[in-house]
Amino acid sequence: MKDFGFTINKDRQIDMDTADMRVAEYVKTHEPSFNICIACGTCTATCSAGIFTDMNLRKLFTLVKRGEIANTRTEIAKCMLCGKCSLACPRGVNTRNVIVKINQALIKFSL
Amino acid sequence: MKVEGKQAIWKEYQKDIAGDKYFYVRSCVRQNFFPGSETTFLRIMREELGKDIYEHPCHTTCTGIGYHGDVVPLDTMMTVVARQFALMTEAGYQNLVPSCITSFGIYTEVLDTWHHFPEVEAKVREYLRKATGREFKIPQNLAHASDLIYKFRKEIAQNAKFKLVDKETGKPLKVVDHIGCHYSKMFPEKGVGGAEYPYVLAGMIEDWGGEVIDYPERRHCCGFGFRQYLVQANRGYSVACSHKKFESMEPYKPDMILTNCPGCPMFLDKWQYAIAEMEGKTYGKDGYGIPVLTYEELAGMVLGYDPWDLGLQVHQVSCEPLLDRIGIKYDPLKKYNDKNGVSLGVPEKPSVMKVS
Amino acid sequence: MKKKRVIVIGGGISGMEAATHLASMGYDVTLLEKDKELGGHLLGWEKLFPTMRMGKDVVEFLNKGITLSKVNVIRKAEIVNAVKTGEIFTVTLANGNKFESDAVIMATGYDLFDARKKEEYGYGIYDNVITSADLEEKFLSGKPILTSKGNVPKKIALVHCVGSRDEKVGNVYCSKVCCVTAVKQSIELKESIPGVDVYCLYMDLRMFGMHFETLYKEAQEKHAVNFIRGRLSEACENQDSSIIVKVEDTLAGKPLRMTVDMLVLMVGMVPSAGTVKVGKMLGLKFGPNGFLKSMDQHTMGTITNIPGVFIAGTCAAPRPINNVFVDARAAAITASSYLEGYDIEKRISYS
Repeated sequence: MKDFGFTINKDRQIDMDTADMRVAEYVKTHEPSFNICIACGTCTATCSAGIFTDMNLRKLFTLVKRGEIANTRTEIAKCMLCGKCSLACPRGVNTRNVIVKINQALIKFSL
Repeated sequence: MKVEGKQAIWKEYQKDIAGDKYFYVRSCVRQNFFPGSETTFLRIMREELGKDIYEHPCHTTCTGIGYHGDVVPLDTMMTVVARQFALMTEAGYQNLVPSCITSFGIYTEVLDTWHHFPEVEAKVREYLRKATGREFKIPQNLAHASDLIYKFRKEIAQNAKFKLVDKETGKPLKVVDHIGCHYSKMFPEKGVGGAEYPYVLAGMIEDWGGEVIDYPERRHCCGFGFRQYLVQANRGYSVACSHKKFESMEPYKPDMILTNCPGCPMFLDKWQYAIAEMEGKTYGKDGYGIPVLTYEELAGMVLGYDPWDLGLQVHQVSCEPLLDRIGIKYDPLKKYNDKNGVSLGVPEKPSVMKVS
Repeated sequence: MKKKRVIVIGGGISGMEAATHLASMGYDVTLLEKDKELGGHLLGWEKLFPTMRMGKDVVEFLNKGITLSKVNVIRKAEIVNAVKTGEIFTVTLANGNKFESDAVIMATGYDLFDARKKEEYGYGIYDNVITSADLEEKFLSGKPILTSKGNVPKKIALVHCVGSRDEKVGNVYCSKVCCVTAVKQSIELKESIPGVDVYCLYMDLRMFGMHFETLYKEAQEKHAVNFIRGRLSEACENQDSSIIVKVEDTLAGKPLRMTVDMLVLMVGMVPSAGTVKVGKMLGLKFGPNGFLKSMDQHTMGTITNIPGVFIAGTCAAPRPINNVFVDARAAAITASSYLEGYDIEKRISYS
């Protein structure tokens, strides 16, 4: 193989046809309130981790739903499970349990 | 796919293309990339169609490459464009025909700018006057060279020696059309058929006996993008665009790709070699690539011109399998000879992609 | 004393309801409808948001009003002329019949946005791109929802804001009903096709009506409808005639592609051809979006620049059915007070 000094860039599109939805499906089954998130960001604004690290709970939930789970493990490790997000959520999403379920799914599927 | 739906859109985008007396401006790069194309265009216009098409020896680049590559400022670009208009006016022509899609985009954009901002036109007239003492008239008609071939596609079909048909099976060849971005993406109403379903090349393919292939990434750019290709560090992004297109068209098994831009055929042709070398993958039949032709080459081909006069020997992807399928005769021994029959030397063979 | 006469133009929801109320107040009411049947767009709609009640129930309610209050209904009425001479309006039909009145209610409604204008979405070109109205027709037919090749779809995407909030097609306004229609149709798709995945591609979800938000939550909670925030940039057709959609998932901050078996375009409302035609004949003013203009956005709804002409329903602006009912009754009231000599313009102290 020739080295031209560059390689073919990888696509950064989310491809819903090939996305790994195992984590999303697991969380939806075990914490159905994951479905009713409206991505308002209340959780993220109040998140202890979000204020001192680059964790973004709202975005993390969206990415999990799109099968974008490459960085999920590192991201949720920043969570202190303080529960402020659940308290703040206007929709009644059990956000704290969603994180626990995401973690369980990552372990279950060795991701 | 319902073709009637496309036809309804095509009807909405019918542009005015002058019938004769053209002032032709060449592309900076096409004579290197596809050296037979512009010559073939002039030959078809003059010999087949009997048109008056004039080339001025003093015309220059439109500066589009430099402009889009961030090295030529807008005022300079517009003044150079004004000079081309002045040459046309002095030569007594009113219908401007650029060979290059970038130039076509530049001319369209400049004319539109002046239409909306007459004070800019006045300023540029002043620049040109100070720099060269020249005056100019706004072109009455601006059409890309592919618009002209489109306009006369039926006449070309009448004179054609070959059809885009497999001589063994009698089936039409499957042709992918790829339109240069600046042909109609900026000004959809200036392109034959608009921007979403351009008809300029599709019309040629249909009338010359082929079948147009519409595939999901048809609208995607070839990836040239000027700065993107010109800087080596960005080429991975450039090649990824072409790669995306090849992957998307592959299931349709196209026999060839037809283009109307200087950059697109260059990249769609040469990147097939690069991808083959980098990833070991080829997209044509039996380890070959998919031949990529300019519309002039294709017109010349159906008119029965010698493939080596068209410049098909400088393509990276071999065109011989395509010529064989149509039944076009060629002399393999003369492929790399110059006009006087002297050998120009034979290029090195790629390690992955098969070539004839 | 001779009864005062009112001509109501348009036999959809607003025209039928306004005519019913005016007739029940004792006016001599003629209702002109271009089609052979009363009911307008409602005839093509199976279930209505947010309650999922049947559209035909509402048509029946409207028809009963027309019958009970003895409205003179003229069907297949093609208007060729409408003028005001002195205080009298004269409307002429293509068959030569003329009708006179002391007031006119414009209830000429909307047309659905022609989705072919969004060329990049491929409506009329790609086999599996349909509109919300086409989907409603399928629901109404009672037949199973199938792809163009007769297969049961596994993935369906619904595109919000088609022809609305779009400068490129000349419609900058929100059509109000499409968001909740998408939610309604998503639920119906989920209910009628077991195991189907449904995606709504939206910019904002405008759940403004009472119970709309509840319906939205029901779609998420009970039916697991997926919502992706991003406007469709283009659709393409695959070899097997499935559709590839490209949107940005603006919440994930990444471009997204997805293959779907069917794409449903939620087409918005545009002023109907009849609104434009008859509005011009009567000399009515049009607002910047092409709908008929009321004299003041807050205080003079239903009232136009021509004394004696009142506007009801979607010829004035996109509206959901409940608002159209209220609007039609308001138009009847303002027309009646005009006919009784009440001059509302006296109250205007602003310019």
